[in-house]
Amino acid sequence: MSTNSAVKAAQPPALELEGVSKSFGSVAALVSASLRVEHGSIHALIGENGAGKSTVVKIIAGLYQRDGGTFRYRGEEVNFTNTAQSKDSGIAVIYQEPTLFPDISVTENIFMGRQPTKSLGRVNRTLMRAMVVDLFSQLGVKLDPDRPTRGLSIADQQIVEIAKAISLDARVLIMDEPTAALSGVEVDRLFKVARSLRDEGRAILFISHRFDEVFELCDTVTVMRDGEYIATSAIADTTVAQLVRQMVGRDISTLYPKEVAEIGDDVLVVSKLNEPGRFHDVSFTVRAGEIVALAGLVGAGRSEIAQAIFGVDSYESGSVTVNGTQLRKHDPVAAMRLGLALVPEDRRKQGVILESSVARNITLAIRQSLRKYGLLRAQTENAAASEWASRLEVKTSALDATAGTLSGGNQQKVVLAKWLATNPSVLIVDEPTRGIDVGTKSEVHRALSRLAGNGLAVLMISSELPEVLGMADRVLVVHEGRITAELDRAEATAETVMYAATHRSAVA
Amino acid sequence: MSDAALTSAAPRGYRHHSKPLWRRALFTREIAVFAALVAVYVVAVFSVPNFAAPITITYLLLDVAAILFIALPMTMIIITGEIDLSVASVVGLSSVVFGTMYQAGLPIPLAIAVAIVVGAVAGFINGFLVTVMRLPSLAVTIGTLALFRGLAVGLLGTTAVTGFPATWSDLATSTIPGTPIPSVMILFGALTIVFVWLLHGSSFGRGVFAIGQSSEAARFSGVSVERTKLILFVLSGTVAALAGVYYTLRYGSARGDNATGLELGVIAAVLLGGVSIFGGRGALHGVIAAVLLIGTLASALRLANVTSDVINIITGTLLVASVVSPSFFAWVHEHWTRSRGRRARAAAAHTDATPATTQVDVPTSHNH
Repeated sequence: MSTNSAVKAAQPPALELEGVSKSFGSVAALVSASLRVEHGSIHALIGENGAGKSTVVKIIAGLYQRDGGTFRYRGEEVNFTNTAQSKDSGIAVIYQEPTLFPDISVTENIFMGRQPTKSLGRVNRTLMRAMVVDLFSQLGVKLDPDRPTRGLSIADQQIVEIAKAISLDARVLIMDEPTAALSGVEVDRLFKVARSLRDEGRAILFISHRFDEVFELCDTVTVMRDGEYIATSAIADTTVAQLVRQMVGRDISTLYPKEVAEIGDDVLVVSKLNEPGRFHDVSFTVRAGEIVALAGLVGAGRSEIAQAIFGVDSYESGSVTVNGTQLRKHDPVAAMRLGLALVPEDRRKQGVILESSVARNITLAIRQSLRKYGLLRAQTENAAASEWASRLEVKTSALDATAGTLSGGNQQKVVLAKWLATNPSVLIVDEPTRGIDVGTKSEVHRALSRLAGNGLAVLMISSELPEVLGMADRVLVVHEGRITAELDRAEATAETVMYAATHRSAVA
Repeated sequence: MSDAALTSAAPRGYRHHSKPLWRRALFTREIAVFAALVAVYVVAVFSVPNFAAPITITYLLLDVAAILFIALPMTMIIITGEIDLSVASVVGLSSVVFGTMYQAGLPIPLAIAVAIVVGAVAGFINGFLVTVMRLPSLAVTIGTLALFRGLAVGLLGTTAVTGFPATWSDLATSTIPGTPIPSVMILFGALTIVFVWLLHGSSFGRGVFAIGQSSEAARFSGVSVERTKLILFVLSGTVAALAGVYYTLRYGSARGDNATGLELGVIAAVLLGGVSIFGGRGALHGVIAAVLLIGTLASALRLANVTSDVINIITGTLLVASVVSPSFFAWVHEHWTRSRGRRARAAAAHTDATPATTQVDVPTSHNH
């Protein structure tokens, strides 16, 4: 490792966060985050989904303001109130999918808003282009400075962003999961660029879910969990097993009791489901009374699989069978008729209709069966809505209150009520407890558990390990669109699930 | 599934409504439009000579009948968040088809049927482009506005077909015996019952609102978004064609340029009636009241010898005001609340008292 100790001693760390906290309403995203990134070093920040990594990045970038703690940049305490301030002081963030102007050239993108000028304010194109050629040779990449950025691969777009950062003389580069969409060769090139930047004395914060990359590229690693700092170690002094332990190392309490249920016949059978670029060869079954979890990291393709099964999205090949009947591809109405229900991931966009009333939301999926002589009356709707709202204990001032006025947890209960009202035989829940308070969370868990106890087949997508381990009879781990492991309740531990979620090869 | 509660507590009841009936019934946009209609009517009866005569009502309704018809499906289309600008051109096209079919010797009922089928096909073309080709309805129907009008004028040139049998043209202009109400209002009444059922009393209508409020959530709840929109565009074309037949018989003339610009009157009335241009909100009784309001205002002003330019200015201002008013009231409400809060805080600081609550409950008359 080429960390230069002389540089270290002479300079304060590039980034230093101590006990930084940040809450959104009643939800604490960061409890106490600490991070110390030295100049001339590549520092990895790892943790489970929801550990607070993105919040840390957004605070450093000036997108969020911290509630407490200290944040020092090159030795001085700073309070960035917007992204321009952090950018001007030399911090650059390279996102997973850069946002460039597609129809103008690479050169103009790099100098957007600060083009060098000649007399009369004319843009000095010759100088601008020469500077870009310099930048690219400095980074050791071959890219045509004159081509428009439309059609560039994501890897090349990242290079353009990095070039832009270097042209601004950024001292700190934050790469937020930069390799997620990159091929092997592209990753190698990115790493080469990152190393050369480190050797120039710049600090790089590298956020990744891939341990192999962390070990290949980084000098130091900081682990976060539940919004808290856990540990920082030199890469040479740690192992994958130790990092995994640090990432998940909490007690899986008995907070999520799955009731013992009689496991019945296969209800949902998914066979060789395939959609290029999203998921590949996905096969599994869910039986009556069973809760099967689809575990994995955000972006692994789990929601895409769920939406293809339910029919809101299409798939290229494969089949989905419910109670022995094969579903028509891309037809959610037919799927509903056969007893499939999906509580989607994005509650506010896909789950509830915020503008609509609680009653109308709950009865939306059963509106056809509530008709009498072709007429749908508010009274009938309210009766059905009242019944389901009370079964799920939805807290609302009245049934005609708009769903947007409810808390997140109660909105989620409304979505659950809507689907349970259809009397489904398969319930797919996608992140059923994301962003809802602890009390409502356990109510949702109890409801799911009882439903399975009553013979419902439940497929649960969850990024929260305790939820997966506590609730599921079986865990399917998805990594990059493929099922990489199938674990029984007994086999499933934080370590086995996390390992399968971060590795291409299967463990089971 | 068992009937037991899925969570711990015992089942509980819910209030169906957060506000008492009289507030829900009175403080609505629709009632405001209706009140304006009554006000304009009463003022006109007392101040405009001849306005009180029954014949005024007859002509008023004959004049707005085409707009009333087309406003029914247009309301539903706008509630889904789409728009159909081609309706007036469909009126022209159906008028021309009806005229040429009659000229070619077809019996009138058959000619009417052909015209209506042509309108349905025109609506299907719109719907197909919007739902299958996934093009924005604004662009599609601007295109077909020109296309259908072009076809209409192209078919008949600058000539007109006239000389429809008196029994039929009389039917279009006659009144219900003993009343000043035109007979065509019977047809309108029947259509209104169908559309009120469709929008407010059927499961299809629930889907229409859901699409306008969030088409993504609607799709995830098993609403066939594309099919619903396609049906609405076909309905729009069909009803516009029916209006075209009426228009032809009412004026006794089938021309390619019949009803040019009528779509703007329809859309203006729909928006004035409280339908949100962003979709998801609206009711048919408000729209019908708005069509009658614009019609009454225009008719009263015309009788008072106000020129049509001025009438346009007045109805235009009314429309802009109606679109602006909800956001204006919200702005006033917010400022009032905030300045009340400031004053309350200032007072609290002065008297060193505990901070006063700054929450005020303002009864809003611009309820939706």
